[in-house]
Amino acid sequence: MNLLILLFFPLVGSIAVLLNKNYAKQTALISSIITLGFAVTMLCNFLPEAGKQFVVDLPWIPQLGISFKAGIDGISMLMVLLTTGLVPLIILSGFQRTFKNPSALFALVLFMQSGLLVVFTASDAFLFYVGWEASLIPIYFIAAIWGGADRIKVTMKFFIYTFAGSLFMLLGIIYLHLQTPGNTYDIEAFYALSLDSATQGWLFWCFFIAFAVKMPVFPFHTWQPNTYAESPTIGTMLLAAIMLKMGIYGVIRWLIPVVPIGFLQWKELALILCIIGIVYASIIAFKQKDIKRLIAYSSIAHVGLIAAGVFTWNVQGVQGAMIQMINHGINVLGLFFVADIIIDRLKTREIASMGGIAKIAPKLSIAFLIILLGAVALPLTNGFIGEFLLLLGVYKFNIWAAGIAGLTIIFAAVYLLRLYKDVMQGTLNDLTASFKDIKGSEVVLLSIVCALVIIIGVYPQPVLHISESAVTELIGQVNSKLAF
Amino acid sequence: MNTLIVISILALVVLYLGLFKAKNALLPVSILGLLGALALAVCEWNSGASPIFSGMMHFDNFAVAFSALTIISTILILLLSKTYFEKISENVAEYYTIILFALVGIIVMVSYHNLSMLFIGLEIMSVSLYVLAGIKKRDFASNEAALKYFLMGAFSTGFLLFGIALIYGASHSFDLSEIAKYVTDRPTGIDPIFYVGIILVMVGMCFKIGAAPFHFWVPDVYEGSPTLITTFMATVVKTAGFAAFLRIFSVCFAPLSEFWMPTLLGITILTLFIGNITALFQTNFKRMLTYSSVSHAGYMLFAIVALGASSFNAVFVYAAAYSLASIIAFGVLILVKEQTGSENFESFNGLGKKNPFLAFSVTVAMLSFAGIPLTAGFIGKFFMFSTALQEYHTWLIVLAIINAVISIYYYFKVIVAMYFKDAERKEVPSNAYYKLVLGVSVIATIVLGVYPSLITDFF
Repeated sequence: MNLLILLFFPLVGSIAVLLNKNYAKQTALISSIITLGFAVTMLCNFLPEAGKQFVVDLPWIPQLGISFKAGIDGISMLMVLLTTGLVPLIILSGFQRTFKNPSALFALVLFMQSGLLVVFTASDAFLFYVGWEASLIPIYFIAAIWGGADRIKVTMKFFIYTFAGSLFMLLGIIYLHLQTPGNTYDIEAFYALSLDSATQGWLFWCFFIAFAVKMPVFPFHTWQPNTYAESPTIGTMLLAAIMLKMGIYGVIRWLIPVVPIGFLQWKELALILCIIGIVYASIIAFKQKDIKRLIAYSSIAHVGLIAAGVFTWNVQGVQGAMIQMINHGINVLGLFFVADIIIDRLKTREIASMGGIAKIAPKLSIAFLIILLGAVALPLTNGFIGEFLLLLGVYKFNIWAAGIAGLTIIFAAVYLLRLYKDVMQGTLNDLTASFKDIKGSEVVLLSIVCALVIIIGVYPQPVLHISESAVTELIGQVNSKLAF
Repeated sequence: MNTLIVISILALVVLYLGLFKAKNALLPVSILGLLGALALAVCEWNSGASPIFSGMMHFDNFAVAFSALTIISTILILLLSKTYFEKISENVAEYYTIILFALVGIIVMVSYHNLSMLFIGLEIMSVSLYVLAGIKKRDFASNEAALKYFLMGAFSTGFLLFGIALIYGASHSFDLSEIAKYVTDRPTGIDPIFYVGIILVMVGMCFKIGAAPFHFWVPDVYEGSPTLITTFMATVVKTAGFAAFLRIFSVCFAPLSEFWMPTLLGITILTLFIGNITALFQTNFKRMLTYSSVSHAGYMLFAIVALGASSFNAVFVYAAAYSLASIIAFGVLILVKEQTGSENFESFNGLGKKNPFLAFSVTVAMLSFAGIPLTAGFIGKFFMFSTALQEYHTWLIVLAIINAVISIYYYFKVIVAMYFKDAERKEVPSNAYYKLVLGVSVIATIVLGVYPSLITDFF
């Protein structure tokens, strides 16, 4: 029953936040830290080699074969840690900001956390879908209520894109359900199916569109930069650091093992789309004048590499994707927070009007640099091990693909370091002269992020170990099915 | 059976109460009477009833479930009427009476076992509705609605009656089981006029449920009628229409589905697209709801297109979800219109700030209409999709998905207006009845969305 507490405690927290309006931020932070505590307790009792643990299986709509079935294996464990670990930081990032109606905002954040945790632990397709949509509603409202000037149009596009994607997934889920012998939505029954290759081919697309929109993979990405730019930073962090991982997780857990033959048919195309996305997003990132949009495009490029690693479907690629999901979450959260600090003080997102901040804000500039190096995958930072494994995975698949995908690192180094140069170095101008260095909760947050960047960079083994056996087993299972 | 008698007597009692000017007793008596009728209906659950009144009616579980659903919706609508009718008319008692008479017709429609009863039930309901649509005597739109509804209704009843006559001509019976026997006994030698009869019955029923291309009366009638009557039409009447439609097709015509299914499939697709695309261009909230009700008829037709064991459940769940959401949406519309005098989307601007509860209710209703998980509407769509996929109508689902995505745009227009657009406005006043009805509907929508097993185990 432990897992149920983890899944639903954020909901309790969100009600507490609504009732405790005057201390909304504090209540939300405490609640999210307690949730993190649950997750850490589970981690302590977790055996990476033992398969799915903490399983709950309750009847939900028995007549339709739907049950509330969830459990945690190594892959889910990492995602749970990512979600529960980053949400407190995201809440903390709002501590020095003022929001209209803060209790609603933080209640939505916690509500979304619940939905995300359901997605990452569900073993029942119906439950997975419900969690998938349940995390979409709060982020829509977060972006649309507290967002920037152009938010209404942008968030509508975002919602329609993702909703269309998920409905196709629903079609696929119901279709698969009807094929299972006992008419269930259990993932094990889905894994056990052996459908013909034409059926698997179109089912692949049903799921792929849903996941590709979420990640986003080129050409399904057009909602993303605008949404990132217009959302409040809390929303952007939720989207970039956690929510897009739903798509990658979906590919690992639901797409490839469920329709392996369909995957085999479209593997190359999927990989090519990912790699086009990497190059395309990097080139656009060069041109950006808006700090938030630049980070948004850099995120598309990085996620493209993660997705490419998954689609190679070998242990290095998938393990690289697992650890890089964590790292990308941490780094992108840090980058967006730094951007938010700068935007909040200068009241502009224009990179050209910044400069020289490092001189008067040394703490911020050090933190920014560390996170940046993590994002450009310098050895001894967290990004290195992830991108290394990812590129190794892609290399094993195809040397040319690895060559092009490797450009991300170079590109990222160029545009991110140039961003640092333009924002932090150079001469102070009228706008930046009165810039104040970080203090209080900002220092706490950035210290935690920097510490994570360095710790995982120096000693990634524990993280890799959590998911290793689950990944190996899943890959083995798919390969044995493909061997026929 | 008892339900039918109780509601008939109740209607007369209410009429007499009006005669004696006992205005304050109208609502309590109606509600108590309906609750009694509801209890009697529920008592007949699983009683293994057989056709009664010489095979005219059959109170099986199907009839009980749909009677209960329509009675509950009527209770919710009557609760909203307390202040509404008194404002628009002197003769309040007549409203209650005529609504109750319409309900009598509806109970007959969901429990008929003989085509003549279907016709009688339909007429009892329709005649009551013609009166209700035109009950604002001095209002042009209301008069127009009544006339249009009457002409179109009479027209469609003609189709239905002609169809019934042809079916009688071929099978020599009005009785549903006799007709079913006729169909199963002669897999090859069915009289051609029987097929014509099926098509005419289908057309007649499609008129009643407002499926395209027989939907032209819907927007004007829904818009012109008093809003609460529109609510009644969109929820109770539509549910009854579908129940009647489903009953005759599942009992009698199921073995011939290869013949009528393609036609109905065409109607379904047309209904989906026409309803949705027209709704997209509306600036008036009420008109948007009427077109969206056309498109919802399209979704509900899935269950009949893919007629099978799960169809009953699918229609029931969808109708329940749709009724609840409609009651919320129309209920709040009444309040907003009273304050601003307009039914446009703009009149909802800034509602989120001033009336968080009303705005939240409408949001839940819109999410339910759109079929977002954790609301009853999602479960309804889920059932419909499952039912259709069971019969391998994969392309139909793809078209339905396109429509569901289109519908997001206009449902969210309201949410956008309420929360993201600011406007100078005062708090919308609402009374305890509204709070009760909206609260119950919102909670029911969410509870059914989270734990649908409560109503999915019926059939």
